[in-house]
Formats: sequence, C-alpha cells, structure tokens
Amino acid sequence: MASSPLSDFLRSYLTAAIFGSLGFILVGLLLFLSYLVRPNRHQAQKYLSYESGVDPVGSLWSQSQIRYYIFALLFVMFDVEAVFIFPWATRVEAYGVFGLVEMFVFIGVLLLGLVYAWRKGVLKWA
Amino acid sequence: MDPLLSGDIGFAEILIVLIKVLIAFAGLMVGVMLMVWFERKLVADMQNRIGPNRAGPFGILQTLADGIKLFFKEELSPAKSDPFVYRLAPFLALVPAFLVFSVIPIAGNFSGDNTGVVTIAGHETLMQVADPQIGILLVLAMSSIAVYGIMLAGWASGSKYPLLGSVRASAQMVSYEAALGLSIATVLLLAGALSTNLIVNEQAGGRWNLWMTGLVPFVVFLIAATAELNRPPFDLVEAEQELVGGFHTEYTALRFAMFFLAEFMNVVTMSAVIVTLFLGGPNGPLFGITGWVSDYLLPSIYFFGKLFILLFVFVWFRATLPRFRYDQLMDLGWKLLIPLSLGWFLLVATVQVSQDQGWNPIVVVTSVVVIGVLGASLLRLSIRTGNFRRTEESEEAEDSHMSPKDPGGVR
Repeated sequence: MASSPLSDFLRSYLTAAIFGSLGFILVGLLLFLSYLVRPNRHQAQKYLSYESGVDPVGSLWSQSQIRYYIFALLFVMFDVEAVFIFPWATRVEAYGVFGLVEMFVFIGVLLLGLVYAWRKGVLKWA
Repeated sequence: MDPLLSGDIGFAEILIVLIKVLIAFAGLMVGVMLMVWFERKLVADMQNRIGPNRAGPFGILQTLADGIKLFFKEELSPAKSDPFVYRLAPFLALVPAFLVFSVIPIAGNFSGDNTGVVTIAGHETLMQVADPQIGILLVLAMSSIAVYGIMLAGWASGSKYPLLGSVRASAQMVSYEAALGLSIATVLLLAGALSTNLIVNEQAGGRWNLWMTGLVPFVVFLIAATAELNRPPFDLVEAEQELVGGFHTEYTALRFAMFFLAEFMNVVTMSAVIVTLFLGGPNGPLFGITGWVSDYLLPSIYFFGKLFILLFVFVWFRATLPRFRYDQLMDLGWKLLIPLSLGWFLLVATVQVSQDQGWNPIVVVTSVVVIGVLGASLLRLSIRTGNFRRTEESEEAEDSHMSPKDPGGVR
C-alpha cells in the first residue's frame, strides 16, 4: 500500500472497526429476521422468572453474599501491572541491566501486595 | 487532511479488505458449526455413545438444524428483566468473539526473509484481516469485554440462577485474566512487539515460543484460557447441577443461540490465539517450494492442523476432567498460576538480558532459580505463620464465647 506509515497504522484499526461493526450488524440482522418469522403468543405465566418450575420466591433482586469481591480489587492491581510490563517486555534489551533490576523491584513490590492479601486470609473461602 | 484518508485508496484495496472480512466471517461460522459437531461427536465417542447421526452424513449438519430450529422459536424475556441490557448482552458476548479473529494470521510465508506478506493483484497484504500494532492487546481487550456480556446477561435477567452464575463468571474470568496477561508478557519478551504478525514472524524456522519460553507460559496460558472460556473443568459459570444454565438460564430462542455460538466461537478464536502465540501460527516446513503453495496452501494447512489439535485438547479436557470446586479454582489462579507466571517472566527476562550482555548463562539461570526458590519458601513460611496466628486467635475467640460465629457462612 503506497501511503504514509501513519495512514497504514490507522487503516488497520479501521479494518478492525469495520469487522466489528459487520459482526454487530450481522447479529442484529439475524435477531430481526427471527423477530419477523417467530410466533408470539402471550401468556402471563411464560414471563415468570425461572426457579426450577415453582413460583419464584422473594423480591426482584435477591440478596446474596458475594464472596471474592476483593478479587476485583486485586485484579485491578495486576491489570495495571500488565500495562507497565507489556511495553517494557517489548523493549527489554534497550533498557538493559538497569531495566531488569527495576522490573525485579517492581514485581517484588507487587508480589508483596499479593502476599499481604494472602496472609490476611483474603484469598480464602471466607 | 486526515491521515486516515491520505494516500491513494484504490478500489482494489477496498476489495481486498472486503474479501478478507468475508472469508474470515464465513470461515469462522463454518468453523464454529464444525466445532460444535466435532465436540458432540468426540465426547460421545469418549463416553461410548454414538452422538448426533441423523442430520446429514455422520450428523454433520446437526448444528445447522439446531440453529434453524431456534430461529423459529418463540422468544420469552422474563417480566422482571431489564429490557435494554437484556437485549444488549448477546451482542457483547458475540461481537468480541468475532473481533479477536481479525488479528490472527492464517496463512502467508514466514520462512527466511519473508514476513508473511502476500501479493494479491499487485497489492502487498497480510493474510489476516487487520494488523494493528497492538494486536495482542486487542485480543486481551476483547476477552475483557466478553466478561461484560456474561455479567450483564446474568444481571439483566432479574432472576436468581443467572445472577449467581454471572457473579461466579466475573470473579473467575477476572482472576484468570491476570494469569493470561502475564504469560503473554513472556512471549512479548522474545517477540519484542505486540503485533501478531511480528510475533509469528519471530517464531519462523522452528523457533516456536512453546519451547523458546520454556513450556511453562504455554501451560499457564492453556489453563487460564480454559478458565477464561468457562470450559470444563472450569465451567462453574453454568454448572448445570447447581445453577440450571448459569447466566443464560432466562434466554430463549435465537438469543440463547447467540450465547451458545459465542461460547464455541471463543473456543475457536482462543485456540487460534494460542497457535499464534506459542505454536508458530502458520509456520512449518515448506520444503523449498515457492509460489502459491508456500504462500497459501501449506501455511494454512499447518495453521488449521495446529488449531484442530488444540480444539481436540479442549474437548479432551471436557471428557476427562471433573469440575473444580470454586475455592480450588480460585486457589489455582491466585496462589499458583499468577506467582508462577510472574516468576517465569522474570527468569526469561533475566536470560534475555544476560544473553545481550554476554554473561555466563549457567551462572545466571542458577542464581535466578536459587533466588526464586528462596523467595517461594520465604513466602510459604510467611503465609504459614499468618495462618497459624489466625487459627490461634479464632480459637481464643471461641473459648471466650464472645464473638458470634459467622452467621451467613454456608459451606
């Protein structure tokens, strides 16, 4: 493709976006076609929430104890970590020994965070 | 002028993009159909059953028949559901599954000085729909968005089983996403780029990441991918015996089919990602042949062959392994896979830098391994003392009869 590197760069995203929107349209089209041909016979009982065949018990939003909610917080820690690790990993040689030591320190500190959570018993079925 | 539009965009370029998009779509849909049939047939074989054998030869059209049936079924959405989010969720589940496939190179000659570039009607292009420079980040981003599809589907249904399923799903997928990302980081150390084309190019000539990174990241990635896909033995999200159908209990007709399709499409695309990252993509011996055989035929045979083996492995897992308990699942992710992949990442990084600096590799590897083992044992010790102290405290509390016991704790 005879064009500047920047336009090549942007066009590959454009292609991905076209691909994605085509997927969106395809799914929508299928659902629309099915809406046209499928039967639609209303009956109040059909729209009850499923609870193994008996009438649903309790209100709309049932409360339940969500275990492992703290994992979402830990996940944020490791995902942000990945954001820092990925660019470094693609350019290891350029940063040399200094970068390596830095990375050891960085990951060490993060692992300490995981160890802290572990020791506090957060990672257990509480 | 906007750089997106500068330069010449010929008719041929647009046509090539369209053809690639169509081929990818068609290939993916057919692949998913075959995968559903293949899985049912193979599991049936492994369980000494016959499996689907009515629609078409060997029941190969069974998926199509099921799809057509669901197309004509009445759709029910529960009265208590959130209408907009309930309708949005199937899109969020299916579209990311499509998008991941757009960055997978499925053919092209990568041997020698070739970089997978093929020439179609005078235009140089790659055998993948798009090659953004952040290719592998796109894969990660899409697998994160797929979590939304499942989470919102369960939440919007306004029913108990789907809600429980989606809560499980989000915790599970989020946990394994971390291990997934960290094992990719090890591949990036060797490839030095995020683009999928360059990652495959790096593995040319039998330098597959499978052994170049020392097998461990591959195993971690495979396990994390299985969990990410909610495939057995990690299918707690839709554990039939506990949660009826999990997050899609309240979905019927074609919307249910969308989730089903998304699930199998994710299996196919995730296998393709593994092939790209670890098994050299379309790389393989070309026997010195040039021309269209080495550009399209042989590489695509290698690619789909590797894909097929991985799909077989996923089905094999399902037929062989019993489901994990939820706390075992979380322990595996957080206490084994994440520390392991982080440690291995540091090991590979050190080896990489030491090669660059010309240090003695044996000394470097031994010292890193010694440090790693020391660190791991320190960690174990620290956690053990932590556990010990906590049990002592709780015993004291029990003796004094002062603290109420965990009221909502169901084991």
